[in-house]
Amino acid sequence: MTKSRLFWGIVAPTAAILNSLLFVYIILKLRGVEPIEMFKLMISYGFDPRNLVSEINQTVAYYMAGVAAAIGFKMLLFNIGIDGQYRMGAFFGAVVGAAVNLPPVLHVLLIILVAMLAGGVWAAIAGYLKVKRGVNEVISNIMLNFIAAAIIAFLLSPNLLGSLPEGSQNLQTKPIPASGQMPTIKAFEGEIYTFFFIAIVVGVGYWIMLNKTIFGFNLRATGLSFRAARASGVNAPGMIFITTVLSGAIAGLVGIGTLLSDTHSYSMAFPSGYAFTGLALALLGRNHPVGIFFAAFLWSFLERSAPVLEFEGVPPEIVIVMQGTIVLSIVIAYEVVARINLRQQQRAVGSANTENQNSQAEQVKETK
Amino acid sequence: MSNVLEVVGIEKRYPGVVANKDVSIQIEAGTIHAIIGENGAGKSTLMKTLYGLIKPDAGQIKVFGSEVNLKSPQDAIALGIGMVHQHFKLADNATVLENVILGSEPTRFGFVVKFDEARKKLVEIAENYGLDIDPDEPLSNLGVGERQRVEIAKVLFRGAKILILDEPTAVLVPQEVDELFANLRELVKKGLTVIFISHKLDEVLSIADDITIMRQGTTVATRKPNKTNKKELAELMVGGELPKPKAGELKVSPESILSIKSASYFRADGRQILDDVNLELHGGEIIGLAGVEGNGQSELIELIMGLIQPATGSVEVLGLNAATTLTRDIRNAGVAYIPQDRQRDGLLMTAPLWENRILGHQFAEPMAKSIWVNKGAAIADSKRVVSEFDVRTPGINVLASALSGGNQQKFIVGRELTGDPKLIVAAQPTRGVDVGAQAIIWEHLMQARSKGAGILLISADLEELFSLSDRIAVIYSGKIVSILNPTKTTPEDLGLAMTGAQSA
Repeated sequence: MTKSRLFWGIVAPTAAILNSLLFVYIILKLRGVEPIEMFKLMISYGFDPRNLVSEINQTVAYYMAGVAAAIGFKMLLFNIGIDGQYRMGAFFGAVVGAAVNLPPVLHVLLIILVAMLAGGVWAAIAGYLKVKRGVNEVISNIMLNFIAAAIIAFLLSPNLLGSLPEGSQNLQTKPIPASGQMPTIKAFEGEIYTFFFIAIVVGVGYWIMLNKTIFGFNLRATGLSFRAARASGVNAPGMIFITTVLSGAIAGLVGIGTLLSDTHSYSMAFPSGYAFTGLALALLGRNHPVGIFFAAFLWSFLERSAPVLEFEGVPPEIVIVMQGTIVLSIVIAYEVVARINLRQQQRAVGSANTENQNSQAEQVKETK
Repeated sequence: MSNVLEVVGIEKRYPGVVANKDVSIQIEAGTIHAIIGENGAGKSTLMKTLYGLIKPDAGQIKVFGSEVNLKSPQDAIALGIGMVHQHFKLADNATVLENVILGSEPTRFGFVVKFDEARKKLVEIAENYGLDIDPDEPLSNLGVGERQRVEIAKVLFRGAKILILDEPTAVLVPQEVDELFANLRELVKKGLTVIFISHKLDEVLSIADDITIMRQGTTVATRKPNKTNKKELAELMVGGELPKPKAGELKVSPESILSIKSASYFRADGRQILDDVNLELHGGEIIGLAGVEGNGQSELIELIMGLIQPATGSVEVLGLNAATTLTRDIRNAGVAYIPQDRQRDGLLMTAPLWENRILGHQFAEPMAKSIWVNKGAAIADSKRVVSEFDVRTPGINVLASALSGGNQQKFIVGRELTGDPKLIVAAQPTRGVDVGAQAIIWEHLMQARSKGAGILLISADLEELFSLSDRIAVIYSGKIVSILNPTKTTPEDLGLAMTGAQSA
């Protein structure tokens, strides 16, 4: 049973990726470009050690967004607010980190905690509105994303929390002192953020929480059936709220690798779009921490190797087409797999029943 | 008169269950033909077969004299068979007209809807058959009875000559039932034929021209209403005399397990659902709560489980005030809950059985070990439930949704009776369950009673109420209208009390 589940768990995403490759193959062919050559070029460029380092660092950020989205998905919540939560987390992490002076490890831990708190509190607004007022979390989160961006832009003005370093047009927070920075691992002329390890801890913690604890059971039960969870004694609305906050807290960590190992301050240059990516990755990785990791790496890899296509006259946007078709295909593939599984199980139940009847019939014969 | 519909020897098997066997019916043109039977007697399977939703394994269906092979509801509709479902399939934010034509719109060039033509046709139908509906009224303004008329109009709009109504009165109040019956008489006067599914004997006797009785998947008899009576119909339905209550020794303990004192409850829209309910349950006894569905039973259960709070009065469960106690603490105190809607309230359909074993027991040992799920205990105890309650499944890793309804129910009952609960709230514990499973569930409930548990049995099944209950409380429009002794009561009296015709 578990073996076949693992098998189908791998078959579905593989099929989706192959399907998207086929689609892109046709598009490239129509443009008169040799697709296999393009794929080879992307692979050799993407696996170049220097590019690998930056892909790994990007993977960590995407991974956080993916896990944040996955927690929401387990509760049937569509956390499109990851963007705002991540900004809040990175910004307040940077502000508090720059404002205090603590011993090295403690300082970093404080920043991480503040980031999670800021992301969580921001998500809590949407959670409260959903549970108490019935506001759809997609609507409130989209608005909260805009509000977060506006609040941060306001707070970043030079006379408040921001500053404009000489010779720069980029408003940013004051730099975090050395005690609040995270080291990097030098590899292939690049530097891998040690925040990588925090990401692993989050992934493992997510899995244990969900599958091994009563809290995780209640969370999944509420997501599977609100009514059944409520009847079983779970405070189902409360679980929805807590899950929203938890998802936001993890989203608050999306920008922390970059912040602590690279920029050391938050600026308007921090990228956006993590919400959509996170949701796509959770979908592709089937809300499983290992699956999300591979999905996040695939995304970073595709984005990093896209520019090389331009040298050959192919628009790098082809990568976005690829990502889009992967997401579409995966939704279909998982649905197909789910139906195959259910049918297999029903057949198993059916044959167990006939066996049962046969054995009962035999027993009757024997007693006669 | 000629037969418009003839069913000969229909048989339908599901894994482990025979849903229909040797089903034969002749239905005359221009009549109302009632089909009655208990829950699980095979009425719905037969109706689904006639409407093309299910393909029978054997047997013939003849419509207007010629044999047909129904592959889908489209086939049935094309032959003039229409179905009015018990649960309406209507869009709230569209008008009556839009709802009626949805899916069979008359169009110009295949895409422009000819609303004028459709409206004309609908108005004609409404006038011709005496259906009081306004085509342009938004559906959200309509009450239940009016919605049902829209469903009927929908079927007539598609040219139905034979209408199947699946328990049409289950959702109606008495005046609406009268209106519906007037409509149905009008339909047959105009030459249509109506097949009327029910398990309410009074209604059937008053409206039907012929009554066919089903029991355990097969048709057992057909009667004319003027040549039969309720007693005979009831006996045909259950097969012989109603079983006498089992002679289990009654050892009622003095302590009160459940005590409801003048409890009332109002829905959010202000409608009163429960009105001054008083009920006292002791250990070692079974109180049957009889009543037509929707008379406040669901809310009473939710009050006991602490899911909602009473507006006035008090609900005391095992000495706890249910209004201020969390559901989890009520469950932990020793309350077992077998919900009425097992798939929505009792199971995580897409989770494996062993996880479903944990549900409802996740706040106490052995399913929980401090903050951790005790998977080992869950697996071991799931296996025990499967074997003790004869749940037909290849294993405990299959999803709950893969099991048949009866086996799902056996699993729930097994789970809830684990650990000798002191109070058992059992709502429709054997609804839709085959006779074998029903016997297993009844036996375990009786065992729990002899171990000293107090059981509140909410049921619409008269046989179940008479077989198990030590006392029967009748609930009607939110009130306990009488408390009866099952050994001194006839099913007729109980039926009358359930419809509020008599207040004790």
